[in-house]
Parts: sequence; structure tokens; C-alpha cells
Amino acid sequence: MGQLIVFLVLLGLGYFFGRMAESRHYKRIHQREQAYRKLLVMPEKFPPIEYTRHGSTLVSGNVVISVDYFKTVAAGLRSFFGGRVAAYESLLDRARREAVLRMQEEAKAKGADAIYNLKFETARIGDSAGQGLGSVEVLAYGTALIPTPNMRAERIARANLATQNAG
Amino acid sequence: MLISNMEVVPGKKIISHLGLVQGSTVRAKHAGRDIMAGLKNIFGGELKGYTELLAESRDEAIERLKEQAQAIGANAIVNVRFSTSSIAAGASEIFVYGTAVIVEDR
Repeated sequence: MGQLIVFLVLLGLGYFFGRMAESRHYKRIHQREQAYRKLLVMPEKFPPIEYTRHGSTLVSGNVVISVDYFKTVAAGLRSFFGGRVAAYESLLDRARREAVLRMQEEAKAKGADAIYNLKFETARIGDSAGQGLGSVEVLAYGTALIPTPNMRAERIARANLATQNAG
Repeated sequence: MLISNMEVVPGKKIISHLGLVQGSTVRAKHAGRDIMAGLKNIFGGELKGYTELLAESRDEAIERLKEQAQAIGANAIVNVRFSTSSIAAGASEIFVYGTAVIVEDR
């Protein structure tokens, strides 16, 4: 009886806090995706001709997200019946999008125009008991293409000229 | 040292390939973090401690990669890839590898 109560309490806590954390996280992801929309992230291996004079550097973003108790139980049940494990799908979706956003953040801080050759790397970090998913790490990395100082000066000059012509 | 995961370097020409270079590090999480992670496994959410730990390990692996490349006289590493494997409960290996090259301005 005691065990059942503990189980139900954990399940309730997991459901309540897990859902709260997830909806809050999705809200933050949507906001930041809006803000970073202009910074292109492409999985292409070779950048197009516009970027052939840019400087380049490796950028990456990583995140470790933990499952909650409710998700663990739901996934356990699901693996009994088979089919889509929606509990884990949203977890991985969140982790991937967060990792990309962090990579974009780094690239933006370096003044990049675009990120090419995006690659993902997913690793499972098991819990101490070794059962279930525990937590999942996603790493996103790519090459940021950064305009050189000369190009930046050119751009500013062009923008100034445009405003002068307009005025 | 220029590090890129593309095969080509924009604006530069690869004049010589020096072969594979690699860097790796094995890190274990400490018990305090593990207890916190255990709690997080009930409530869900990001494990900031682990995120930082893995980011630090990756930086270290990249440092080692750079050292190796410098030792053979490269000035850039292209086609860099990451790989993560959990080799024991609570410990993971971060491995990074790439091709050491010499580039010059086109």
C-alpha cells in the first residue's frame, strides 16, 4: 500500500512538474526561434558562392534534458504495447531545437551570417539504476560563416550610400 | 588554428593534407551532481550541471586536437566530427577528430 502511494505521488509530481517544464521550455524555444530566424542554419556541405569570401569557424551547442517520472512510466507502458512513444518524441524534439538555438547564439555572438554543414549528435546518459532513458544529450554543430572586417566595412559603406541616395 | 566541419575552407586553398588528428577525454560526473540528476529524473527539465560538464569536456578534446595538429605543422583542421559514447555508468568519452591541413589565402 505504502509503495503504491509513493508511486502515485511520484507519478503525480512527474506529470505536474514535467508538463510545466515542457510547456515553459516550448514557449522559450518559440520565442528564440523567432529571434534567430534570420541566421540561416543549413545542412548543406558546400556553401553557395556568396559565402566564398567569408571566414569560418566551428560553432556548437549542447543540452542535457532529463525525463520526468511520468514520461518514464508512460514510455514503459508504451514499450509493452508498442507504437509511437510520444513522451520521448517531445523530449528529443525539445533537446534538438534547444541545441540548435544555442549554436545559433554562439554564431550570432561571433557575427556570423549563416551556419553550414549542420550535424547532430545524440547520446543517452543513463540514470544510476540503468533503467529507462534517464537523460539525453544532444549536440548540434556546424561551421559558422563570418564576414571579414573588409566585407563589413563595405556593407556599412553601401548602406550609407543607400540612405544618402534616399535622402 | 582554423577549425571547421566543412570539407572546404571558404576564401582559402588547401595546399597540403597532413592526415587524421584526434583528441579525446573521458569524464565522470561527481556524486553530488548525480543525486541532483536523480531528483531531476522525477521532475524533468534541463540538467545544467551535465550540460556544462559535457561542454567543458568537448573544449578539452578540441584543445588536444589542436595540440596534435600544431605538432605536425598544420594551420587548420577541416571535416571535424564529434562522437560521444558512454563507456560506463556515469562516465562518458568525448571524441573529436578531423583532417589536419595547411591552407593559404586564395
